[in-house]
Amino acid sequence: MAAQVVTISSGKGGVGKTTAVANLAFALALDGDKVACIDGDIGLRNLDVVMGLENRIVYDIVDVIEGRCKLRQAMIRDKHLPELYLIPAAQTRDKNAVSPSDMKRVCDELRPSMDFILIDSPAGIERGFRNAIAPADRVLVITNPEVSAVRDADRVIGILEAEEKHSPALVINRLNPDLVKQHDMLSAEDVLDLLGIQLIGIVPEDEAVIVGSNRGVPVSQDPKSRAGQAFRNIAHRLKGQEVPFMDFGNKQSGLWDRIQKMTGRR
Amino acid sequence: MNDLRSLIQIKGLRDGLLVSLADASWEEQQSALLARMDQQPSFFQGARLALDVGAQVLHVNELVELRDQLSDRNVILWAMLSESPTTEQTAQLLGLATRISKPRPEEMRFAPEDQNNQTALFIDKTLRSGTRIEFPGHVVIVGDVNPGAEVVAEGNIIVWGRLRGAVHAGLKGDENSKVCALDFAPMQLRIAEQSASIKKEKQILGPVAAFIRNGRVVIESWKFS
Repeated sequence: MAAQVVTISSGKGGVGKTTAVANLAFALALDGDKVACIDGDIGLRNLDVVMGLENRIVYDIVDVIEGRCKLRQAMIRDKHLPELYLIPAAQTRDKNAVSPSDMKRVCDELRPSMDFILIDSPAGIERGFRNAIAPADRVLVITNPEVSAVRDADRVIGILEAEEKHSPALVINRLNPDLVKQHDMLSAEDVLDLLGIQLIGIVPEDEAVIVGSNRGVPVSQDPKSRAGQAFRNIAHRLKGQEVPFMDFGNKQSGLWDRIQKMTGRR
Repeated sequence: MNDLRSLIQIKGLRDGLLVSLADASWEEQQSALLARMDQQPSFFQGARLALDVGAQVLHVNELVELRDQLSDRNVILWAMLSESPTTEQTAQLLGLATRISKPRPEEMRFAPEDQNNQTALFIDKTLRSGTRIEFPGHVVIVGDVNPGAEVVAEGNIIVWGRLRGAVHAGLKGDENSKVCALDFAPMQLRIAEQSASIKKEKQILGPVAAFIRNGRVVIESWKFS
């Protein structure tokens, strides 16, 4: 067994890297995969909060790298899923406490006992970002359908291409189909057109994601949430399965829409 | 390896260290540099390094490896100086500077007759945000120029794709320079000393050429004649 190392990155902050890591990790673990998440955002950690594990942290990744504990000791097991682990970031240090080769070493040690290693990259394109992508077999670039986020994603893709990393795949997060319909938001096609890389998933805007993040219960565990479904689909695609993309266009064609059409109000 | 030390010359700059490497194989240069750093770790700690590699041809993986090795030693590589266009391009792709600030010599007026003698740089990919290409000749791009990318040429700039970034043709003042693109909507357009803003409403569909006529930038459908 050799794990696939997947880094989730974006360039811009606040587009949903950490949320995506937590959700993908839960989706994969629910499927029976062994998953380890590494928080690469040293100094500004929050993957532990989103995964609901913040009060269990004893050791962190800097302790592992500086030899104060064994890797196993820093791995926090999830409350419900026995095959899901988190390696938290240090809160009291900065990005320079870790180097790209340290990250490679940690991942190589984890690889034999895991199916997936997910790395949460910090925002930006500096040291922390380079640490996060150094060990990656695959990089998912996540963006929102906003001009600024797309611009930063483009920059990140350029860097990844220059470093000859395995071609990155794109996740479009927080798409609001209604706004797209009114031409008030970039559509998935607009984003893809500019970035020109493979699409691995579109996650619709969903309030349940925020609620889940605050409670430490990622939404991908909720079978009813559409965002959760989207994250589960991405997890399946990561494993090489073909999953059709969700159709957002028909979301609104409920009873009310049909009534409006019949009465000619549209 | 008796002359390990003589391979390396170190000079202090205003904003970092300039390390010049003498001619040798890349393996030798690399190990000499790293060995030197490991001998005097406190001297190099936290340094900003500009590296002059002479004519050495370096590819992305070699440069990335070196940069990571340097950052393991807490040294930042910020510039690469090279006579080799390949190395320069590699460095530009990785976002490194390829020139360090020197007192700028008075800019020379460009003689228009030189246009035909200029070489061209051919780029067969999309230029993404953050990429800057600067070339003392023409630049031909087969691919898009995305918003946030920048192309600066002393001659013409031809984009076989969508132009969305910033372009400056005729950098040294050649008013015969042109900018052509299949889909033309640059964020910024400059030819020689003239600049033009492109209004979205006035965007011309199809291939477009921009050039200087009577001292002003003119944007027209690109006719092949």
